[in-house]
Amino acid sequence: MATSLNLTLFPSQGVLVNPGLPGPARTLPRTKPQRRFLRKGASNLITAKFELKPPPYPLNALEPHMSQATLEFHWGKHHKTYVENLNKQIVGTELEGLSLEDIVVVSYNKGDLLPYFNNAAQAWNHDFFWESMKPGGGGKPSGELLDLIEKDFGSFDQFVEEFKSAAATQFGSGWAWLAYRASEKDKKLEVVKSLNAVNPLVSDYFPLLTIDVWEHAYYLDFQNRRPDYISTFMEKLVSWEAVSARLEKAKVQAAK
Amino acid sequence: MAFRSLATRKTLSLGLNSTRLTQSRALQTFSLPDLPYDYGALEPAISGEIMQLHHQKHHQTYITNYNKALEQLHEAIQKGDSSTVVKLQTAIKFNGGGHINHSIFWNNLAPIHEGGGEPPKGSLGWAIDTNFGSLESLIQKISAEGAALQGSGWVWLGLDKELKKLVIETTANQDPLVTKGPNLVPLLGIDVWEHAYYLQYKNVRPDYLKNIWKVINWKYASGVYEKESA
Repeated sequence: MATSLNLTLFPSQGVLVNPGLPGPARTLPRTKPQRRFLRKGASNLITAKFELKPPPYPLNALEPHMSQATLEFHWGKHHKTYVENLNKQIVGTELEGLSLEDIVVVSYNKGDLLPYFNNAAQAWNHDFFWESMKPGGGGKPSGELLDLIEKDFGSFDQFVEEFKSAAATQFGSGWAWLAYRASEKDKKLEVVKSLNAVNPLVSDYFPLLTIDVWEHAYYLDFQNRRPDYISTFMEKLVSWEAVSARLEKAKVQAAK
Repeated sequence: MAFRSLATRKTLSLGLNSTRLTQSRALQTFSLPDLPYDYGALEPAISGEIMQLHHQKHHQTYITNYNKALEQLHEAIQKGDSSTVVKLQTAIKFNGGGHINHSIFWNNLAPIHEGGGEPPKGSLGWAIDTNFGSLESLIQKISAEGAALQGSGWVWLGLDKELKKLVIETTANQDPLVTKGPNLVPLLGIDVWEHAYYLQYKNVRPDYLKNIWKVINWKYASGVYEKESA
């Protein structure tokens, strides 16, 4: 029976708090830089800029479980600001032209965060979060994902309990994750939680699912009732299709 | 064993409103202090809706969880269960810190008709001018630090009792100011957790920080300063 890890990643120390874990993340192999560029006017100047990607559904599509107002502020203001500020920070630097994932890993800098980390990681985290949900979501996964959950957590219900607990006990701002870890010894699913902008990419996990537990994610709809928000997320919003697709990708990448 | 039972009678006093005894072993529990003003009294700087949620839900929850953690700590100490004693420290810091910080915060605020926003006079006013040049400069610095804080936390004006100077500090989550230095005394703390402003100001934390100065209770901060720098 697997035991899942609730580990808290503290960026200021660059060290995973749970001492039973393997050491600090090794650097991910650099992926080929992916240029996302806009051609600027008559001068033919190419600048690499990240764009604010919309969620894969209209802003009112998650009602009544997550209000349109929440999406308007959370995506339209918070997420937008992270992307805009990141673009301002990287313009003219050697980070231009790197993929967002690469910028996140590079600027994590083993826990000694570089100035662009917060914006880069939050931009990435929020893209990942919108895609973790869908209208009419919730229910249970199936197929290989369910098999793996049952293998690594004992049962789907036990996984849900662990995930909800991680989300509820991440004190202050942060995220809770279902993540896939592949090492020479083992391939398994784990629940992890992280502080502020930190995400499991920086510790060599493949993230599969996330819930944002910064207060701005739920305050308009749930105020202080974070546990209610977490339950609603699990029961009504999770896109297991997205999670399964990510698992498939992760297995392919892990095999490389 | 007589020594141990004496130790359990030591009240966990923080100089804050203490409450009834709930156990024969005199483990003090904490309860929600009353606000010295109505929930709506700080409008329009801070809405009544926020004040009520902040006080009745957030602060109350810290106190409930703090009491629970202290009870568990008490048992663990009695049993000599060091592992549990150490494990409980996080919950005590989170929730006890939340209780400490919010108790200070309610006193840091006052309705305008009760002096909220009135600049500090006397020795604190003079110390601010000496340390920061002017009250405006201090306000600008505190607001900037509060706006720049990533995630959840507090921004503080403190007195360093040893160095005898005013300092601006931030703390993460519910860490009390003393975690930044044992000689630091909080004079003024501003909560920059999103729950402190979100319903009214949404993502625009700088607007919250601009407006809160209209209801800052400098009389309280002056009182603490005079007492601690005597």
